[in-house]
Amino acid sequence: MSSGPAAPAQPSEPPEPTGSAPTATEVLGPHEIARALTRIAHEILERNKGAADLVLLGIPTRGLPLAHRLAARLAEVEATVDPAALVGSLDITMYRDDLRHHPTRTIGATVLPPGGIDGRVVVLVDDVLFSGRTIRAALDALNDLGRPRVVQLAALVDRGHRELPIRPDYVGKNLPTSTAERVRVLLTETDGADAVLIDGGAR
Amino acid sequence: MKHLLSTADLSRDEAVLILDTAAQMAATQERAIKKLPTLRGRTVVNLFYEDSTRTRISFETAAKRLSADVINFSAKGSSVSKGESLKDTALTLQAMGADAVVIRHPASGAPHTLATSGWTQGAVLNAGDGTHQHPTQALLDAYTMRRHLVGESGIADVAGRDLAGLRVAIVGDVLHSRVARSNVDLLHTLGAEVTLVAPPTLLPVGIAPWPCRVSYDLDAVVTDERPDAIMMLRVQRERMSNAGGGFFPSAVEYTRRYGLDARRMARLPEHAIVMHPGPMNRGLEISATAADSPRAVIVEQVANGVAVRMAALYLLLAQETPGSTLQEDAR
Repeated sequence: MSSGPAAPAQPSEPPEPTGSAPTATEVLGPHEIARALTRIAHEILERNKGAADLVLLGIPTRGLPLAHRLAARLAEVEATVDPAALVGSLDITMYRDDLRHHPTRTIGATVLPPGGIDGRVVVLVDDVLFSGRTIRAALDALNDLGRPRVVQLAALVDRGHRELPIRPDYVGKNLPTSTAERVRVLLTETDGADAVLIDGGAR
Repeated sequence: MKHLLSTADLSRDEAVLILDTAAQMAATQERAIKKLPTLRGRTVVNLFYEDSTRTRISFETAAKRLSADVINFSAKGSSVSKGESLKDTALTLQAMGADAVVIRHPASGAPHTLATSGWTQGAVLNAGDGTHQHPTQALLDAYTMRRHLVGESGIADVAGRDLAGLRVAIVGDVLHSRVARSNVDLLHTLGAEVTLVAPPTLLPVGIAPWPCRVSYDLDAVVTDERPDAIMMLRVQRERMSNAGGGFFPSAVEYTRRYGLDARRMARLPEHAIVMHPGPMNRGLEISATAADSPRAVIVEQVANGVAVRMAALYLLLAQETPGSTLQEDAR
């Protein structure tokens, strides 16, 4: 989901390059990612006046490790927070609106924290915010799982080009891009290194 | 994977993918809201030329849980009883826009004909054809075995695992059983060792090349091979009469030699599970003690059937049409 060009409006997207393309530019390094996550953690606590009733739901693949990192940072600031009881995983594959336009997708796991999500403050965590369709699917999935009091959205990168009226509450970095470009988020947990890369497209 | 016709067509990776997908589907079925929007707007036709309650209800439940529209078509009281051919029925369904056809037919190979003839564009799922195959039954059996017998009896994460090293005994009327054929193929692909146990009259001619062992003696298999799972097949009482083929002399003799009773239950390994594809003949192939014991997973097999059929429908229908293969999107 790193580049997220899952918009059915663009069926003719260019074939995805494998591995690291020669034109890739690093926009965020490990330190910038760490700083952005620390800032988002503080913003979450500030906006919600503490960590009471808070649930972080990561959207697989890369939203999940980001949610775990945010939970660890929340626990550093607020001593009462148990990072393990805060994080869940929300798979949205079966709620996507573009299933007919792609080969079969493997379904990931949905795991809710022990307290469930009813009446709680749910923060959705994803790596890249692009068309907004992933988040629409996530909102549908949440609807079937319970009724949170508030739903907020945290994204490491907001690359613009929204196709739905969806906006993030917490953003690591606003990244103006052209639709021809591809934004990739690499994380140590899934890819062995922390970086945000842009490749393709003439700027 | 465009159709699901036979477990012999499945590679190990495809079979494991279906089991893993079924596990995620089963997780969604523990929620308060069980319905998923995944196949909204798709039409699944249940085309049943043979009486079947549990398989049809299971497929119908699976399709409805994924929000597909379901049309039930049974041969009784329909155009088929007026003499319509399979071809004309298929063309009618195609004209109505069926995205998938779930077919049960008394003739072995009918699903294959339907899938390869061009009569229908949709995916074809075999729900049992003659004495040939019943792939979703074998998949739900494999799923049930994996849940109970792989990864410290379900404690560890079993995603991606096959059934390597498990020993499975399948007992009963192998000759007429599509469940046995499907299971032999699938369990062999997944790495399990299968032993078929039956009286010589209820084993098909030409069984030698099947990837399994064959025995006529249930007691020897229970004692010597120590199976991890024992699957009892349904035996029809009619089969012992001359009209039914005279395959065994009396029900009592069959029960004595091939029935799963309390005595044989006690000699099974402690962890072994008891399976039956249903419907059971209590007192014939399985005693009430065995059927109701805590080691019997027969009711759970039914629940797992819905999850496995949801996985099969998802993998066949929620993808590019037509001609896609089973592969993960690079995203």
